[in-house]
Amino acid sequence: MNQHITASGKTADPTQTRPDASQDVVRLVDLKRHFGVTAALDGISLTVRKGEILGIIGRSGAGKSTLIRCLNGLERPDSGEVFIEGREISRLGERDLQPLRRRIGMIFQHFNLLSAKTVEDNVALPLKIEGRPKAERLKRAAELLDLVGLSEKAKAYPASLSGGQKQRVGIARALAARPALLLSDEATSALDPETTRSILALLKDINRQLGLTILLITHEMEVIRSIADRVAVIDAGRIVEQGPVWSVFADPQSDITKSLLGAIRPQLPAELAARLLPAAGPETILRVDVAGEAASRPLLSDLATAVPGAFRLVHGGIDHIQQQPVGTLFLSVPGSDANHLADIITFLKARQARVEVLGHVANPV
Amino acid sequence: MSPILFELLLRSIWETVLMTAASGLISLVFGLPLGLALIATERGGIAESLWVNRALGAIINGFRSVPFIILLVALIPVTRLIVGTSIGTWAAIVPLSIAATPYYARIAEVSLREVDRGLIEAARAMGGNRWTIIREVLVPEALPGIVAGFTVTLVTLIGASAMAGAIGAGGLGDLAIRYGYQRFETSVMIAVVIVLIILVCGIQWVGDWLVARLDRRG
Repeated sequence: MNQHITASGKTADPTQTRPDASQDVVRLVDLKRHFGVTAALDGISLTVRKGEILGIIGRSGAGKSTLIRCLNGLERPDSGEVFIEGREISRLGERDLQPLRRRIGMIFQHFNLLSAKTVEDNVALPLKIEGRPKAERLKRAAELLDLVGLSEKAKAYPASLSGGQKQRVGIARALAARPALLLSDEATSALDPETTRSILALLKDINRQLGLTILLITHEMEVIRSIADRVAVIDAGRIVEQGPVWSVFADPQSDITKSLLGAIRPQLPAELAARLLPAAGPETILRVDVAGEAASRPLLSDLATAVPGAFRLVHGGIDHIQQQPVGTLFLSVPGSDANHLADIITFLKARQARVEVLGHVANPV
Repeated sequence: MSPILFELLLRSIWETVLMTAASGLISLVFGLPLGLALIATERGGIAESLWVNRALGAIINGFRSVPFIILLVALIPVTRLIVGTSIGTWAAIVPLSIAATPYYARIAEVSLREVDRGLIEAARAMGGNRWTIIREVLVPEALPGIVAGFTVTLVTLIGASAMAGAIGAGGLGDLAIRYGYQRFETSVMIAVVIVLIILVCGIQWVGDWLVARLDRRG
């Protein structure tokens, strides 16, 4: 597994005992689950700390759904341990799991609202299950509908709501019993980009306002980018990489992470990529990845001052993830002077940038 | 139609309505839990037990495969045990109910199976037990189908009750056979057919209206 250094300088090793281990809402130890001969979970260990948003990303079939369902006992691991607020739950019977599940809210890709109940009755259902009196249920439902901005829909039925509104109801319902942990199972995958942004903003708000711990699974890096504090990349039932989001984005180690990131990070324009030649040529194309300190300083103007000679910015940009600048630049260096190119690369590397020579082109655009 | 025949017609209508309503109600009371049991015990159900599921299925199929007219006669000892007699309208309600219950159980099973599994999962994730899932999810979500299926069962019972004349239960079917057919009283036959059409249309109309009111799936 590829570990990224956390902001505080400690490694994010989940199995390591930390002094604040009591702050872990979730701790998974070597979780395994097989369906027939295929391993859905093949030794997953991770922790979710109190108040953080942990994003788990992977392609479909990577084991994400099985993993999230192990956390509230909807799925049972073949082996390994699941600690929720310090309590091992993977061997509990259905009856013992029921009170525990009330401490864990869950939202779903297809919302899973009851069509025969009004919006407020949907939101109040977890409290009804807890056996709370009706007046208290309706009061709490009204509070939550206010929180998600749907007060005027209290008496409506889910069928009359838009997808985004349905997910807001789903979120309100998940919060009704004041859970310690919110599980989000591809909650925005069925929504359009604009609605996705508003739902993610709502989740982030709830995380900040209520200090609610959130574990979300997704196949979209954009979701991780927008709200997660830490990310774990899962592939074929294993965590292949994890760390703070900005750090994983800045320096992805595994191929799967790079490929998932491909969708949201600058890529060499396709027509240019098609003309790349491995042999030396009149122009050299460099890929420069910068993050943190390297991206905060005037990198390109300093480069121009330090190394005389021309270079061109072909494509790229700096993004801000968790208040950290993270970016990718594609530079084109003309001429076949190997020393000039070496000077540029040396300078950039001295500034903590990662530089890769992608190839050469005969006639640059 | 003579006043006597007219009075006979009124009495037959009452007998048919009584047989249909009573056995319909009984099939609802026993058939719905049976349908729930079939869904709960099937593979991946909330109380999975394939052994129970297969046993229930076999019993239901057994009763459903016996022609009603044979069931009517074969159940005479049971009827006598329950009602005290094996003749008359009340006696017919026993075999009618026993035939309609497995029929309705299968119809209810189909409606219940259409409930999105995601909703059951959501209720489990909230900490709901089996009873919660039945009361808050399965039955309310399947209610339009459960009601529509009950309408179908009632209409089928009207047809089946015609055969109950064989054990002296009376009813519209019996009237049509004895007077309309065997005595060539065409007016009786026509009257019975018209009453049956009105009854069936009425039940269907009320059922459809209820389903439309209950269905919130949009």
